[in-house]
Amino acid sequence: MSDELLDVDESMPTNTVEEFLRMERMPHIWCPGCGIGTTVNCFAHALETSGLDLRKVSVVSGIGCTGRVAGYLKLDSFHTTHGRAIPFATGLKLANPELKVVVYSGDGDLTAIGGNHFIHAARRNVDMTVILINNFIYGMTGGQVAPTTPLTATASTTPHGNFEEAFNLPYLAESCGAVYVARWTAYHVRHVTKAIKEALAKKGFSFVEILAPCPTLYSRRNKLGDGLDQMVYYKENSEVKNDIDTKTVSLSFQGKITVGKFVDKERPTYLDAMNEYYGKKFGDKYTPYKG
Amino acid sequence: MKSDPKGVLTGAHFIDGDHACAEGAIAAGCRFVAGYPITPSTEVVERIADRFPLIGGMFIQMEDEIASSIAIQGAVWGGKKAMTVTSGPGFSLMMEHIGLAAMTEVPCVFVDVQRGGPSTGLPTLPGQGDMMQARWGSHGDYGIIALCPNSPQECFDFTIKAFNLSEQYRVPVLLMMDECVGHMTERVIVPPADQIEIYPRRFYEGPKEEFLLFKPDNDMVPPMVKAGDGYNIHVTGLTHDEKGYPVMTVAAQEKLVHRLIDKIKMNADKIVEYKEDQVEGADVVVVSYGITSRVAIPAIDQARKEGMKVGHLRLIVAWPFPEKRIKELATKIKSFVVPEINYGQMVHEVERHSAGKVRVELVGHGGGAVHNPKDIYNVIKNSVKG
Amino acid sequence: MSRTEIKIGGFGGQGVILSGYIIGRAASIYDDKHSTMIQAFGPEARGSACSSQVIVSPTEIAYPYITAPEIMIVMSQEAYTKFTPELANGGILITEEELVQPHNLRKDIKHFSIPATRFAEELGKKMVLNIVMMGFMTAVTNIVDVEAMRKAVKVSVPKGTEELNLNAFNKGFEYGISQKAKLN
Repeated sequence: MSDELLDVDESMPTNTVEEFLRMERMPHIWCPGCGIGTTVNCFAHALETSGLDLRKVSVVSGIGCTGRVAGYLKLDSFHTTHGRAIPFATGLKLANPELKVVVYSGDGDLTAIGGNHFIHAARRNVDMTVILINNFIYGMTGGQVAPTTPLTATASTTPHGNFEEAFNLPYLAESCGAVYVARWTAYHVRHVTKAIKEALAKKGFSFVEILAPCPTLYSRRNKLGDGLDQMVYYKENSEVKNDIDTKTVSLSFQGKITVGKFVDKERPTYLDAMNEYYGKKFGDKYTPYKG
Repeated sequence: MKSDPKGVLTGAHFIDGDHACAEGAIAAGCRFVAGYPITPSTEVVERIADRFPLIGGMFIQMEDEIASSIAIQGAVWGGKKAMTVTSGPGFSLMMEHIGLAAMTEVPCVFVDVQRGGPSTGLPTLPGQGDMMQARWGSHGDYGIIALCPNSPQECFDFTIKAFNLSEQYRVPVLLMMDECVGHMTERVIVPPADQIEIYPRRFYEGPKEEFLLFKPDNDMVPPMVKAGDGYNIHVTGLTHDEKGYPVMTVAAQEKLVHRLIDKIKMNADKIVEYKEDQVEGADVVVVSYGITSRVAIPAIDQARKEGMKVGHLRLIVAWPFPEKRIKELATKIKSFVVPEINYGQMVHEVERHSAGKVRVELVGHGGGAVHNPKDIYNVIKNSVKG
Repeated sequence: MSRTEIKIGGFGGQGVILSGYIIGRAASIYDDKHSTMIQAFGPEARGSACSSQVIVSPTEIAYPYITAPEIMIVMSQEAYTKFTPELANGGILITEEELVQPHNLRKDIKHFSIPATRFAEELGKKMVLNIVMMGFMTAVTNIVDVEAMRKAVKVSVPKGTEELNLNAFNKGFEYGISQKAKLN
């Protein structure tokens, strides 16, 4: 991958994003310096060049700051319950396999309360793209510790510092069977856009983790400055290591961040496996399920 | 419209209530079932899993009941008719999503094969202790419909009815079975598909530019669209306006929640269903539902043999409750007797609507078995005295 | 005639549930009767004495459980000990000759027994023992029409075993007729 991709591309047009947004719902609720909006921008650009029929794209969110993404996207969008975006998306996709289903939610939503659904959807290889915005904290409820909060970082429910080990999400996703796994930060807009585009094109459970600043809660409580300071941290500490063993990509408090595309493989999706299996089992009696 | 003949097993069968429920779902056009195994409901999904592959259905055994109860809602927005099936502990886990289905007006069916509770309770034995949970289990206010079959035949018939009501009112409908009905094997007649009436989904047919996802028709029920239809719908469990957008105001809350309640309440006369036997001129009316409506019959017969004037009102639809009828009867009779396999749930509704005018006697039972009809008889006998 | 309660007892693997199912199916689908079958679930169903309960009635069945069976079919000693005290006064008890030693039998009970295991073995498959019992029961009780029972046996047994099972049923039925004739 070329180095210039690491620089923010100032020439990137921004006005085209509007056609992907429900502009009547602006301004959004996100804080100044929050990284979620940046990722939405990347998502819109990825969609724009994806060649997908946008009428057939559905976005499903859970609850939380990132959970609000669904509400701002001018697509079929579902703002479901806390942690349950993935099983909703599973039902939606399996009911109508024509749809491109994207789950867009936060770290707490997808890996704490929704952790069980995350691992099972990856195991089944349900055809969906999961975009997880990791800001290391529960933002909407006021900065509580999450399964992603790095050791020693403080949160409102770990006021003396966190002593729980955090998830290494790319490793979790890969070990459960995800066919595409990438991690980038809100600083890497070009890479994020590219990763989302690749994930959307991938058949099966694709997973993109994007680290994003939460200046209001995570940065302030941990005395890490504002959103821009976190961007500087991302820029200076990210190391691109494509295809590296996901076991090695754990994060630590203000430590090095391994970014890149870690997994890109083929495996039959839930639906393909079902159709193939039943096709063999029942022969001509079976009509492949198409929704 | 009529049922799709594909998958309808027309004829006479000797099957249990769980299997009959699965056949009812198939006849109703349900082609998406998500479930998690739990006694005594498991046979429903076992039959679905067996039957679905060859009739174009999608069955998925999810990781838990929480997932099952929301996967079906994704499936409904994807265009399917969908159902999940569970028993007490799983029903408790599904409560949040019954609220989501009520709030986002998702037509779908939840089946609860009731067993003894609370907690793990009596997995293999009957109970009727989830009746108030069916009405009030999810947080906040909403309207709901719940049906109570008392035989495998009714498990078949009422599953179809549950789907029809859910489509008609865009509301989750709860089929409140019990272990006894679920595991009891009897004759079930499956009619020819062209004799099975199906209420089709109410899809929006107006001009696209005027479309609002939650704008109700005259009967307070909004028509639906599917994901992928090109409407860019937004669906949220937050309080929302007719467009579906979140609005965090008292006015929006009042408008939406009032309608969610009123669409059931104001249509209650059309939804409420009960069966009466010798209620006119009775001194005592037994109000029962589910398996207990059968167990009460020998008690009622015995009392009648001895000259007592006993009527029987059996709830087919438990929610909405037949409040008008209870109010009316309360001015005519001496007392109500309410046997149920719990220590007092639906009896509170009977009490509330008879408003102190007559005596209301509970014949409670902790669960694990049905009543001994003698216990019901004894209460009837005492109640006749007024 | 009012409802008749039937209980079938034996050990797991003898086809106790299938026997109840066949009676219920014969009565409600192939005969003009009503029938309700209840089987024990859970730990009880896994015990060594398992049972199924069937009610057969010319009219609709309200109360679905049996309280004092008028007919009991017993295929194991443990089931004999456990269940026979439930038999209604004057009830019919049908036992398998080799598997059950009837002792302390109440005087009011009409007892029939059949060497069903031997018959089944003669037919080449010990596993059709329960169907021999069904044929015998049909002959001595007349609870369900014999043709209805035959139809129910045919559609309820595994595919490919219909003939064997019908032979087993007929063997039991004929033996039942002869035993009844002796009594008269």
